[in-house]
Amino acid sequence: MSTAKANIETLPRGVQVALALGLVALAAFPFVGSDFYAQMVARMMIMAIFAMSLDLLQGVTGLVSLGHAAFFGIAGYALAFMTPAGEPVSLWWTLPLAVLGSALAALVIGFFVVRTHGIYFIMVTMAFAQMVFYLFFDNKALGGSDGIYVNFKPNGGFFDLDNKLVFYYFTLACLLGVYFFLRRLLFSPFGRALAGIRVNEHRMCAMGFGTFGYKLAAFTLAGALAGLAGYLWGAQTGYVNPELMGFHMSAHAIMMVILGGMGNFAGAIVGAFAFEYVLHVFKDLPTVGAFRLGKHWQLWMGLFIVLLVVFAPRGILGLAGKLLQRKGVSHDQ
Amino acid sequence: MTNEVLLSARQLTKRFGGLAAVNEVSVDLWQGRIHAVIGPNGAGKSTLTNLLSGDLPPTTGTVTLGGADVTGHKPEKISRCGLGRSYQKTNIFLPFTVWDNVRLAAQSRAPQAWRWLSRATGFAQTNERAERALELAGLTPRRNAVAGIISHGEQRQLEIAMTLATEPQVLLLDEPLAGMGVAEAERMVQLLLKLKQAHAMMLVEHDMDAVFALADHLTVMVNGQVIASGLPAAVRGDSAVQAAYLGEEH
Repeated sequence: MSTAKANIETLPRGVQVALALGLVALAAFPFVGSDFYAQMVARMMIMAIFAMSLDLLQGVTGLVSLGHAAFFGIAGYALAFMTPAGEPVSLWWTLPLAVLGSALAALVIGFFVVRTHGIYFIMVTMAFAQMVFYLFFDNKALGGSDGIYVNFKPNGGFFDLDNKLVFYYFTLACLLGVYFFLRRLLFSPFGRALAGIRVNEHRMCAMGFGTFGYKLAAFTLAGALAGLAGYLWGAQTGYVNPELMGFHMSAHAIMMVILGGMGNFAGAIVGAFAFEYVLHVFKDLPTVGAFRLGKHWQLWMGLFIVLLVVFAPRGILGLAGKLLQRKGVSHDQ
Repeated sequence: MTNEVLLSARQLTKRFGGLAAVNEVSVDLWQGRIHAVIGPNGAGKSTLTNLLSGDLPPTTGTVTLGGADVTGHKPEKISRCGLGRSYQKTNIFLPFTVWDNVRLAAQSRAPQAWRWLSRATGFAQTNERAERALELAGLTPRRNAVAGIISHGEQRQLEIAMTLATEPQVLLLDEPLAGMGVAEAERMVQLLLKLKQAHAMMLVEHDMDAVFALADHLTVMVNGQVIASGLPAAVRGDSAVQAAYLGEEH
């Protein structure tokens, strides 16, 4: 028996159909859901972009970063600094600049961290992110522990992000753009080299690949895309604080990628939506007697992740692919 | 042409703490000839291979490849200077298909290796190079099989195919016949004879029948040192070699 791709890179037909249906649901949501939920879905899409950017490192290249939130936060702060107190700022130059800021930070930090492997990579990415976190946390000039308000949402002429509907569809467009870009990249020579580094970096070197350059490029690109997500986050919430760069944010992104299924970007999207949704459900749990279930959401989230890793080690997408295969092609999600 | 030295190592020494795993070893690899290196386990053959390929930096000594000094260079750089190596322990991309393994190796020589938006499978030159290597190693019928589930012998063939796909002038083969059945080993010997014409080759091998069938030049190592080096017939008759190595086994 031989299959062209035994790994999770290529999505089974059934999963593709389910994803397409999901896209239709996303496109229609603002017209059927309430304003509150439309905002929540927009936030999920932002987190999905963030999770995809991490998947490029974690699922494709095999670099588990515990500091990815630093680049998410930097672009959010960049927007806050560039927005004046009295008027909105143009989307067209602040977005590229904010993304560039995150990319530059990732390039500099990546220059040091991609030399390390395995557990050491996890440690140094976390250490660098903590440095960035405390740089902002301890400096009043950078907003300190309270953070900074983004007084006006950026305006791009036709794309006025102050309009919730425009913001929603702009975010959806970014999500799709990043997804198709990364899918294309995955099967490009560069993407194949990254996958090779994940599987067997030693052999890659022996075959003449300068893996340092490839890893640094991937780290920088992932940082830039995390920056795109961070910019949108800052614009949506109108507020940035050091928590955006914190350890929890990085850890949540890792959980999203694992939850959805690594290495194909669709899993990262599904994982981000599932994570945010489950978080919402757990936080809203009722009080039973004197025990406030909702207050202990982290406990339930922990249990949920443990159960999922045990019963669906390839994430929701892997599980869905298996179920759909068993039933033939059914449209069930 | 057959007298051209493509790789030359002089007085190579590698110390791990107090132990000299390789001690003052010099080897030359000639275009069109197979230089076999034999010796008991722990003689330093694999360490020597690692010193030549850049996997380990030598403590002292020099390595020149195609006339250029490559001593202490990184493996990827030495690979790009035209050296290809295979590994004693199969070192392939297990989750990838046979074809993807070889194509990735061929890609390392392609100017498009850094492209982000074009399909990796769309480059004719890379595909041709991979196809040739696959054909030479006799793996064309297994191209779509996942590397992790093919037989051990086929994995050894794939190991060679990946090395060939980078189109090296110098080949370092570390026990290519290890763990192979008789028929597979015979096929591999035929392949190596074919490859010999266009390459300078160093062969580390335990299979003595294969070594004496293939070698144009034979070096015997014991405890990190060369105890004999020369034409196979002469080395076979060497009393030191018989005492130290061949005598024990035969």
